[in-house]
Amino acid sequence: MAEITTLHYLVVAAALFVLGVIGVLTRRNVVIVLMSIELILNAVNLNLVAFSRMWGNLHGQLFAIFIVVDAAAEAAAGLGILIAFFRNKETVNVDEIDLLKW
Amino acid sequence: MFFLDHIWLIPLFPAFGAAMMFFFGRRLQKATVSAVCVGVVVVAFLFACFTVVEYTHFAHGTGQPFEKIVYTWLGSGDGHLNFVRRDGTLASFNADAGFLLDPLSSIWLLFVTGVGMLIHIYSTGYMAHEGGYYRFFGYMNLFMFSMLTLILANNYMLLFVGWEGVGLCSYLLIGFYFHRKSASDAANKAFIVNRIGDAGFILGALTLAWFFGSFRFTDINSLARNGTFASADIHILTIAALLLFVGACGKSAQIPLYIWLPDAMEGPTPVSALIHAATMVTAGVYMVARSNAVFVLAPTAMKTVAIIGALTAVFAASIGLVQNDIKRVLAYSTVSQLGYMFLALGVGAFAAGVFHVFTHAFFKALLFLGSGSVIHAMSGEQDMRNMGNLRGRIPTTFKTMFIATLAIAGIPPLAGFFSKDEILWQAYRSAYGGFPYLWLIGFGTALMTAFYMARLIFLTFYGQPRMSHEVEHHIHESPKSMTGPLVVLAVCSVCAGWLGVPASLGGTNPFGKFLEPVFAHEASVAEVEPQEPAGEEHRGLEWTLMLLSVGAAVVGGGWAHHYYAKAGKDYKEPIAVDAPPLYTLLYNKYFVDEGYDYVFTGRRKVGDIRLGAMGAGEASSWFDAKVIDGAVNDVGWVTRAVATLSTWWDKWIIDGVCVNGPAILARMISYPARLFEWGLVQWYALVMVAGLLGFGVYYVWK
Repeated sequence: MAEITTLHYLVVAAALFVLGVIGVLTRRNVVIVLMSIELILNAVNLNLVAFSRMWGNLHGQLFAIFIVVDAAAEAAAGLGILIAFFRNKETVNVDEIDLLKW
Repeated sequence: MFFLDHIWLIPLFPAFGAAMMFFFGRRLQKATVSAVCVGVVVVAFLFACFTVVEYTHFAHGTGQPFEKIVYTWLGSGDGHLNFVRRDGTLASFNADAGFLLDPLSSIWLLFVTGVGMLIHIYSTGYMAHEGGYYRFFGYMNLFMFSMLTLILANNYMLLFVGWEGVGLCSYLLIGFYFHRKSASDAANKAFIVNRIGDAGFILGALTLAWFFGSFRFTDINSLARNGTFASADIHILTIAALLLFVGACGKSAQIPLYIWLPDAMEGPTPVSALIHAATMVTAGVYMVARSNAVFVLAPTAMKTVAIIGALTAVFAASIGLVQNDIKRVLAYSTVSQLGYMFLALGVGAFAAGVFHVFTHAFFKALLFLGSGSVIHAMSGEQDMRNMGNLRGRIPTTFKTMFIATLAIAGIPPLAGFFSKDEILWQAYRSAYGGFPYLWLIGFGTALMTAFYMARLIFLTFYGQPRMSHEVEHHIHESPKSMTGPLVVLAVCSVCAGWLGVPASLGGTNPFGKFLEPVFAHEASVAEVEPQEPAGEEHRGLEWTLMLLSVGAAVVGGGWAHHYYAKAGKDYKEPIAVDAPPLYTLLYNKYFVDEGYDYVFTGRRKVGDIRLGAMGAGEASSWFDAKVIDGAVNDVGWVTRAVATLSTWWDKWIIDGVCVNGPAILARMISYPARLFEWGLVQWYALVMVAGLLGFGVYYVWK
């Protein structure tokens, strides 16, 4: 049984990243878009953790925990904005969120 | 001295009555109203009698005036309120609530309160069935207050207060039946015509104050008597005297301001008797007599007074010849007799004029009250054409009115004979400006007076009854409260003249002597010695004139007897038969009212043009509408045009070019930049990813 190398991790992370980007670009529901952003962030986390393992120190892990906290904060802020917005426009469709356009 | 020191109470008694009626009258019983209002006048009369008796003791026949100043009413008296006199010196503006009693005001005081009292008593009977009983007596009391203020005032300003007060009461009482349009019109007419006179009066009084530096009669009289005057001064005094005379013309109904008095007969008959015959209308005579010291300095003014008086006397008497309303005949008679009085004043016979005022007060009040009694008996009918043969039905009224008629016609030895003949005699020979033709006018007036008075008596009391049966059925003699005053006045009409029997008839003329101190100086200026034993030819002339005027009275009465004594339903007016145009002229009062309507009031148009007050009103209205409003509108139009232009400028130039212009420019410039910002976030992300891929490919392939 071959050893799981850093490359394997990077491939999985790249796949996750591409899935996330596709989700962000194609989905029209803001909730799904936010979930896709989570996927992208987790792909980055996976990279950091993989490189941490490779180098045998904890720097990468430390960054990963920061990113998890950041993701939680971002999700809370994003969903809060979304709820406030929904109360006004009764929609969560990204195409219709264009108030800043003149 | 109690009464003299409390002389100021005399006007206050009726003022109290008026105040009571004003505040409580509505709630009082008729009996209470009568008791209060007649009571205060009786008290005033008794008080006045005692005061005059005390005054005669005080003056000891010197005629020294008694002056009682209660307080300073206008001005300050300490020199704080000054005005510049004509000669440039300063004089203090000062008018007191002060009372002056001298022989002249004594006479007025006695007959005003005396006749006033009798008329108040009469009114309790006459007005018994009228509404507004308390209102009537309140006004009458107010009138008594004003009249007493007028005659007791010691200066022109306070006299003016009384002067206006009697004018107001006259207005209120003429318009007593205010629901009747004619009465309200007559009241307005009286008030407005009087206002013209009042303007003259106040201007005259102020001119005198400007000249002499005082409003007080005593000051002005002594200054006028003792001063020497340049001809420029005399001109000013003439103007002042003429202005005062304008006031007298208004109040005492002389040409050209007499027109209100006949219309004033719309008021209740006691009012006509008290105000428009006996007392108020003599206020002008009083004022001129009071200002005699000024008038004698101005011969032109004296001549004017004499001529106006004579003309008024004959003018009004001629109108009186053909009037059918019993009260109107008496009204014109009053105007005519007032003319006599002014004739006397104008020729310098002040005492004779005042004497005629005195006797006239009795017999004219009696005539009016008698006519009131007749009207009362006739259920309100005033037209003599519908009367006749009343002498048996209302005997007391008939007898008393007959006496009054003899008195006014000048039959000796009744009151009118002495006073009228004194005037005629003075008009004939007064060195002051007596002219035989003034006597002639007076003589003609005496003839007419006898005629129209006899006509009144014959049409009313003789001939055949011409009233409807219903009215005839109701004829009754008036109550005691009305006939009582008639009898008293009849006695006075007989006896009053005996106070002034002239020397030529063996009398001593105590009336003239009593007044002498007031006018003495004037008599000496005029070089007429009233007590001078006249030469034989003078005495003969005087007797001739007397006989002539008595003859005129008899002839006038005889003519009237001939034409009217048997007047039936179809009686003819002799003037209408002999000279119809003259009759039309007289019957329509010489068309003076119509003429005034054309010239002064403007009620009628001359062609297409309106003159007079209404003409001025129309002209002002036209000027206001066309010129003033036109100018206003033009200014408005210009403003609007400017505003329109300004709006256009603001809208298109300021807002359009200066404000919106840069904005449009900015928008145009920014348009390309906007194209980059199309608002779809995911597309931005796609571009970003594409860019990333592009960089990736670029670096990989490089």
